[in-house]
Amino acid sequence: MLKDITLGQYFPGDTPAHRLDPRTKILLVLLYIIALFCAKSLVSYGLLALTLALCVRISKVGLKSLVRGLKPVLFIIVFTGVLNLFFTPGDVYLLAWGPFRISDTGLRNAVYMVLRIMLLIMGTFLMTYTTSPISLTDGLERLLNGLKRFRFPVHELTMIMSIALRFIPTLIEETDKIMSAQKARGADFESGNLIEKAKAMIPILVPLFISAFRRADELATAMECRCYHGGEGRTKLHILQYQRRDYIALALGTLILGSVIFLHFRGL
Amino acid sequence: MTPILEIKNLTHTYSVGTPFQRSAVEDVSFAVEEGEFLGLIGHTGSGKSTLIQHLNGLLKPTSGQILLNGKDIWAEPKKIRDVRFQVGLVFQYPEYQLFEETVYKDIAYGPTNKGLTGDALDRCVREAARLVGVRDDQLNKSPFELSGGQKRRVALAGVLAMEPKVLVLDEPTAGLDPAGRENLMANIQNYHRNKGTTIILVSHSMDEIAQNVDRIVVLKSAHVLMSGTPRKVFAWAEELISAGLDVPRITQVAMALRRRGLDIDPAVYTADALEKQLLALREEGDRPC
Repeated sequence: MLKDITLGQYFPGDTPAHRLDPRTKILLVLLYIIALFCAKSLVSYGLLALTLALCVRISKVGLKSLVRGLKPVLFIIVFTGVLNLFFTPGDVYLLAWGPFRISDTGLRNAVYMVLRIMLLIMGTFLMTYTTSPISLTDGLERLLNGLKRFRFPVHELTMIMSIALRFIPTLIEETDKIMSAQKARGADFESGNLIEKAKAMIPILVPLFISAFRRADELATAMECRCYHGGEGRTKLHILQYQRRDYIALALGTLILGSVIFLHFRGL
Repeated sequence: MTPILEIKNLTHTYSVGTPFQRSAVEDVSFAVEEGEFLGLIGHTGSGKSTLIQHLNGLLKPTSGQILLNGKDIWAEPKKIRDVRFQVGLVFQYPEYQLFEETVYKDIAYGPTNKGLTGDALDRCVREAARLVGVRDDQLNKSPFELSGGQKRRVALAGVLAMEPKVLVLDEPTAGLDPAGRENLMANIQNYHRNKGTTIILVSHSMDEIAQNVDRIVVLKSAHVLMSGTPRKVFAWAEELISAGLDVPRITQVAMALRRRGLDIDPAVYTADALEKQLLALREEGDRPC
């Protein structure tokens, strides 16, 4: 169960997709999301799906792991699909059965909506799969740097993010361990009604919270011991620098967004 | 007589069908006799932790069997919880699993899951607390107020209270100070003597193993490297060292003396035995000591 969570997982590699500047990848995902919301025809969706397929191919991330990432949001996808399918009024009804009627617009909306959510999630996951959490937050910090002028705590926010990402696997492992230990004492997580099941979680949650607080405390101490005092005057070991490939990738991304917007206004 | 616990051709492979596939335990077989105190040693990553999690059915073998009293524990998967009450497993750093408001309630968690209530439950809890040296006045305290060593005892009591037939201990003394180590091991040894419970002790400390166990199983990279009495196993000191393991300090001293030309049995592993041998050498008078 816990092993299905792929959020923030990173598959190390050395492909052009891995070598891109994290800022480029964040911007590309942003462009991709805008494009997805502008798309309203099969042509545009086809173009965007093709783009993603190409990126997946370049990154050498298995399609399987990408699809596995969709698992946790399967419910939302199905829910949106069904809702759009049955409850969109339209001109022509393809099927009518009591209150459930499928209109042509409904069918189209459902297909587009499902495609949109799937591409959106797969696109974002492709970024996290090919970018280590550290460089991802590093890139985000640099991108948001301008907000510092408005006293927006950019460094603190990205530091919180990287710590949170860093501790996801640790906490999953910890949960597994505690679960095993309580199972060894005869804990039963499967049977019983909802309230009994919720009660059975207490022996896991209490030790997990205690250990999370302990870890946080230790980490804070360790950071203080190394004189961490926030982002002020802090320098970087690896300074991000745009390369030629970043400009090419950004240009291609803009081109695709441009063509989708163009198609949008042509009514396609 | 059928052994109380038998591991038969046990193999466990993680992440089958992915690039991360690897075997943590491969074709491991050995038996544990009733009432035995067995030591399990091996380098980090040799498969000890994976192996012991099979003994109470926390992990399911990829292939092979675990027989408890001659019966496959996975014969009836629905009844795997019963196995966990019979084979008590104490994990490394067990104090991190404490969660109840009072020490008493925490120790009672296992036996309650087992279905005990009333007087029988009370008896189990108090008995387990007494066995590990938790005082009566500590029973109503919060487990989080106790010191590290005391927490460890409470966690151990939580498993003992289930009155398992086989007790598996994963590094029970890790992270304790020397006095705490000795104290806890004495408690465990006492428990073993009085109750006759079969114990499997996983440890990195060869001295601890040498002083307590009847028999040793050595694991090396997912396989059983050797097994036998401490005397037999520590006689293979060179092999142990090449497997990345230590030998007891006394054995180290004996080896050093041997290298300097003293005729000492290489299998010596207690201070008493070494002393006897040295005295015998002096009697012979062939060399002043």
